[in-house]
Amino acid sequence: MSAASEPVVELRSIVKRFGSVEALSGVTMTVRRGEVLGLLGDNGAGKSTLIKTLAGVHDPDDGEIIVKGKVRKPWTPAAARDAGIETVFQDRALAPQHSIVTNIFMGREITNSFGLLRVQMQIDEANRLMREIGFTSKVFNPESTVGTLSGGERQGVAIARALYNQADVIVLDEPTTALSLTETQKVFRFVEAVKSSGRTVVFIGHNIYHVWDIADRFFVIDRGTEAFEGAKSSFTGADHLIEMMHQLAETGSADTSSLLEPG
Amino acid sequence: MNTANDATTDAISEDPCTEQSRWTLFYRKNGRALNAFLALVLVWVFFAVNNPALFLNPLFYNAFLFSVPATIFLTTSLVFVIVSGELDLAFPSVVGAAGGVFMYSVVLGVPVIPAFFLTMGFGALIGLGIGLIVVYGRISSLVATLGLNFFILGIVNLLAQGRTISAPEAMNSFGYKLFVGKWHLFDTTLRVPNHFIWSLVWVAFCYVLFKYHRFGNRVQLVGDNTDSAREMGINIERIRVSVFVVSGVAAAITGALLVQMANMVWFPTSGKAYLLIALAALFVGGTPTWGGVGTIFGAFFGAMTVTLIPSGAVGAGFAGYWTDFIFGLVIILTMIAHRFSGARVR
Repeated sequence: MSAASEPVVELRSIVKRFGSVEALSGVTMTVRRGEVLGLLGDNGAGKSTLIKTLAGVHDPDDGEIIVKGKVRKPWTPAAARDAGIETVFQDRALAPQHSIVTNIFMGREITNSFGLLRVQMQIDEANRLMREIGFTSKVFNPESTVGTLSGGERQGVAIARALYNQADVIVLDEPTTALSLTETQKVFRFVEAVKSSGRTVVFIGHNIYHVWDIADRFFVIDRGTEAFEGAKSSFTGADHLIEMMHQLAETGSADTSSLLEPG
Repeated sequence: MNTANDATTDAISEDPCTEQSRWTLFYRKNGRALNAFLALVLVWVFFAVNNPALFLNPLFYNAFLFSVPATIFLTTSLVFVIVSGELDLAFPSVVGAAGGVFMYSVVLGVPVIPAFFLTMGFGALIGLGIGLIVVYGRISSLVATLGLNFFILGIVNLLAQGRTISAPEAMNSFGYKLFVGKWHLFDTTLRVPNHFIWSLVWVAFCYVLFKYHRFGNRVQLVGDNTDSAREMGINIERIRVSVFVVSGVAAAITGALLVQMANMVWFPTSGKAYLLIALAALFVGGTPTWGGVGTIFGAFFGAMTVTLIPSGAVGAGFAGYWTDFIFGLVIILTMIAHRFSGARVR
């Protein structure tokens, strides 16, 4: 990942309060075009508030959200989507009793002027999107029911839907949590395909090894504020990153002097 | 010559395989509707073997075709409500109220056809009211519509003061004949009532709306995963209110038809008998209780089944008190069959 790549989303000094609790106290985070940004943090660190802020579910109490150089206000789920940010939430993403194609076009059906669905056109488009991220198989097709798919395949449906919605930033909330190794590999393949199409991915995970494998850069949040960030090349390996996170959990701060010069 | 032969052999040897998988796929997608159809056929065969003479006589079906449309209208519209994750127990009162609106319009001199459309508009409006109360009052639809059913019926009773109203002269009108007139099918003794044809038109309309229109698609998605549908920009509240409008329109059509079927006589409680019948037909028809999926054709077959049972049981020689027993048995057996072919996926 070249450091010169332009920022696509910039969060500047984001503050979000819930009553007297300050979930985010001035987070500044930059997402660069074409990268896979790994977002890490312990439970309660503010990770999910930050994701929901990216998704437009939370409108920050203070701070600015800049997407593609423009300050976005008001910030709502629709505004986030219009700006090209699509968030895939872990459990809430899909309608399990319906087909892949119905899920991909949820809320954005292709219809004629009477509102009748253009069934074949949707199937063709679904096939195209699924091929684009390598989400194909002999055992399912666009008309298969989502509830019969594996966990990794379901992420594929959600990612294909995000692509149909013309997203250039796809935020994946814990996409590999509770997935087996092979299922995780499937999700990684989808993410790689999305990245190679020039789009940007923000990948949130509990399992630091998973995030290490897929991300180009890491952003670690702790107690509502950024703890440290760094490109993959500034760490000697996953263990280096983990050690820093342990340090953070124990002492409340990590020694960033151990980070290498990116290059 | 040889190659042509080979090609033919190949085609034949491949055919059963693809044919089978096509059927398997068809059954997987339509299992619940097919089960409902099977239930209808089995119930019919069961009755027919007991009294073949009656069940091969077209006269038996005159009564059947006359009474089944009301249940068809109500059941198919309830598919939208149940699939969206709601429940409507208020439609019987809307049937009665709409019958009154239709009757008063005719008595006041409105011709039958405009009165019919006026009644449909009334049904849409009252359905809208019910939907708004359920959705924006944030009341469980089971409780809200249970209360509204009594409330609306109460208002109608207060207004009608226990009277029934009739307008026999309207039976000469073109509109009356258009809605409930009967005609002989070919040269048989089978007389097809027009309202049965209208119920088929309604089923076709509901089928397209449910399966191939954006609205039906969204009703299903809202029922399957409300959070997800909301996140994808579907207006949940509008969909939830709209299903009550569909139910209201169907109840209004039923109300106006029941008045005409009773030779232009209206009594306020005309919808009361349909509450459990229509719900039973819906579930026999294969629409599951948990929402998200359902079948219009299944509901259609379910409506036919529940209409067939009371008259069929008596016709087959069972004493009248067997009816409830057979009714219950059919409901339970079809529920078990639906479980096998349409278990819920999460």
